[in-house]
Amino acid sequence: MYVLSAIVSLTLLGLFLGLLLGIAGKYLKVESSPIVDELEALLPGSQCGQCGFPGCRPAAEALAEGNAPATMCPPGGSALAEQIAALLGLDLDLSDVKEPELLVARVSEDTCTGCTRCFKVCPTDAIVGAPKQIHAVVADACIACKKCVDVCPTECLQMHPVEVTLRNWRWAKPLNVPAQHMGTGSNAVC
Amino acid sequence: MLSFFTKPRLRGGVHAEEHKAATAALPIASDFPLPKKLYIPLQQHVGKPAEPLIMVGEKVLKGQLLAYSQGLISAPVHAPSSGVILDVNDYPAPHPSALPIRMIVLETDGKDEWIKTQVVDDPFKLNPEEISLRVGAAGIVGLGGATFPTAVKLNMGRENHVDTLIINGSECEPYLCCDDRLMQERAEQIIDGVRLMLHGMESEHAVVAIEDNKPQAYFAMRAAAEPYASVKVIQIPTRYPMGWDRQLIRYVTGKEVPVGCRSSEIGVTIHNVGTAYAVHKAIRYGQPLLNRVVTVAGGAVKRPMNVEVPFGTLISELFDFCEVDKEATARIIMGGPMMGDSLPHVSLPTVKATSGILALTQSELKNTDEQPCIRCASCVSVCPAGLRPLDMANNIRINQLDAAVDLGLKDCISCGCCSYICPSNIPLVQFFKYASGEVVARQQAQHKSEQTKRLIDARNARMERIAQQQREEELARIAAKAERERLKAEQEALV
Repeated sequence: MYVLSAIVSLTLLGLFLGLLLGIAGKYLKVESSPIVDELEALLPGSQCGQCGFPGCRPAAEALAEGNAPATMCPPGGSALAEQIAALLGLDLDLSDVKEPELLVARVSEDTCTGCTRCFKVCPTDAIVGAPKQIHAVVADACIACKKCVDVCPTECLQMHPVEVTLRNWRWAKPLNVPAQHMGTGSNAVC
Repeated sequence: MLSFFTKPRLRGGVHAEEHKAATAALPIASDFPLPKKLYIPLQQHVGKPAEPLIMVGEKVLKGQLLAYSQGLISAPVHAPSSGVILDVNDYPAPHPSALPIRMIVLETDGKDEWIKTQVVDDPFKLNPEEISLRVGAAGIVGLGGATFPTAVKLNMGRENHVDTLIINGSECEPYLCCDDRLMQERAEQIIDGVRLMLHGMESEHAVVAIEDNKPQAYFAMRAAAEPYASVKVIQIPTRYPMGWDRQLIRYVTGKEVPVGCRSSEIGVTIHNVGTAYAVHKAIRYGQPLLNRVVTVAGGAVKRPMNVEVPFGTLISELFDFCEVDKEATARIIMGGPMMGDSLPHVSLPTVKATSGILALTQSELKNTDEQPCIRCASCVSVCPAGLRPLDMANNIRINQLDAAVDLGLKDCISCGCCSYICPSNIPLVQFFKYASGEVVARQQAQHKSEQTKRLIDARNARMERIAQQQREEELARIAAKAERERLKAEQEALV
């Protein structure tokens, strides 16, 4: 008798909880996988499309489904690839990943007509100016999305490599570099 | 005293061939001819660059302030000789990249005319804050090579109630012996500087630590320190990198400086002997830091020597004076061969950090024919920071910098012991230098990405607000139009 009541009550409980889960599954459904949101937060968010996907969200979805390698984002470089690999638990050999060349937009003051098209498309408000005034780029805010280059009617906006100064100069990686040009005095003694 | 012998411990380190004999026996040369032009960088220290306050064409006297310090961590720059200011512009910096940095160009008039200086009879009557102020105003920075502003360190010492001042006379880098000669020839002035620093920090004890390969410097310093109970001179083993502050503190006091802490937090401050000498000149005679002793050595130098040169002297002029064989020079190094930086050419000025300039021949350079790692772990046993260089390098090779940081990349001091000892000639320290720079670059990129994301959000919010506003205006227009039409219809109905 005890056995029977136990079976009945546990079965009822199971059915009830199952029903609850079923309802919750239907009404509280999360539209997307949370991993996609996390991936999207890591990606640059400039929707540049260099990866071949229409934007950072679709790229994150592809990454989550395993349809894209962790090294797919060119502006992110190996730092981003490492973070993506850590998030997705992937093994990663980054020795072949090319670091992106850092670029920044610059206005050529000779040809700028002050048409205001560039600063209307700039996603980070990095271009300042006014109608019929020469515009200027705030280099620290430029994310090198090249949208301004596409709209500039006089081609006065061009991408240039970020200038190397003593503040951002770094030692190069010592790989396949002839010894004389390695650039360090360390261990010069035999 | 017993604890002094039981606690000290040396971790890692190498005993590199010293190469000091060529210059160690020669007195400091003071007959260096005054250069026609001096190129004085505005930043010769850690911190913010100094801000110039002179005009081009202005006549200045020796010791006159040329640029004042900006902010808390900075140091002023003074005229090393009298003359006329020719230019304030960008010139190549004494740095491996030789990228431009702001400099003042001074054309000397040969008179070497001093500005009026303030001589103090009894500096021990000055209050400690005044000592720090005067040291700061004299532009004194750590002359061991770190170039951290000395006044800031004195203030930190006073605030943290430091009880021990260690004076670093180890000079553990091969070739260099400028500190050795300074200690032999100007021991009394150095000890006076040490006592002034003690006064400035309000601390009681100073220990001058000298490596045991410099017995003459040790005896000279001990004799000079004899009358003062507060200053003790000791000998320490010769083992590179003995001059690393944490190694020296561990050996002398038995205390370990915790990771991420400054030495003053455990009650110890370290200064170089050259700095003590500069403090003596600044406080006693009011003379700012204008010159220093530089070791010029290496296989390609025909007259190797220690020479006192004004800051801003071009290395090329120094090399002419020391008769450097240009053909035989395979590498030019500023500093010591272990931690110094190689320079691409010689049209660069000497600065406060220049302890030595080496012109090395090909035979003095290390064979860089890299072989596979044989996992001998020599690098592990010589690492003074207790790291595993081989594992870190393997991670860096495949660009897994986070893994290298987990292994302690940030504790690497770039002393170069690992590369020096490696039988396979693996450029270990070069990997760590690259990786450290890359980690900083990544942090900056991350910071920029966060900031630009904020800008994007702000722009999107603004665009949304504008669109909303336009929609509301549109609705208001439509409502107004409807109202007008209704009124019109009513009026027509009335008529």
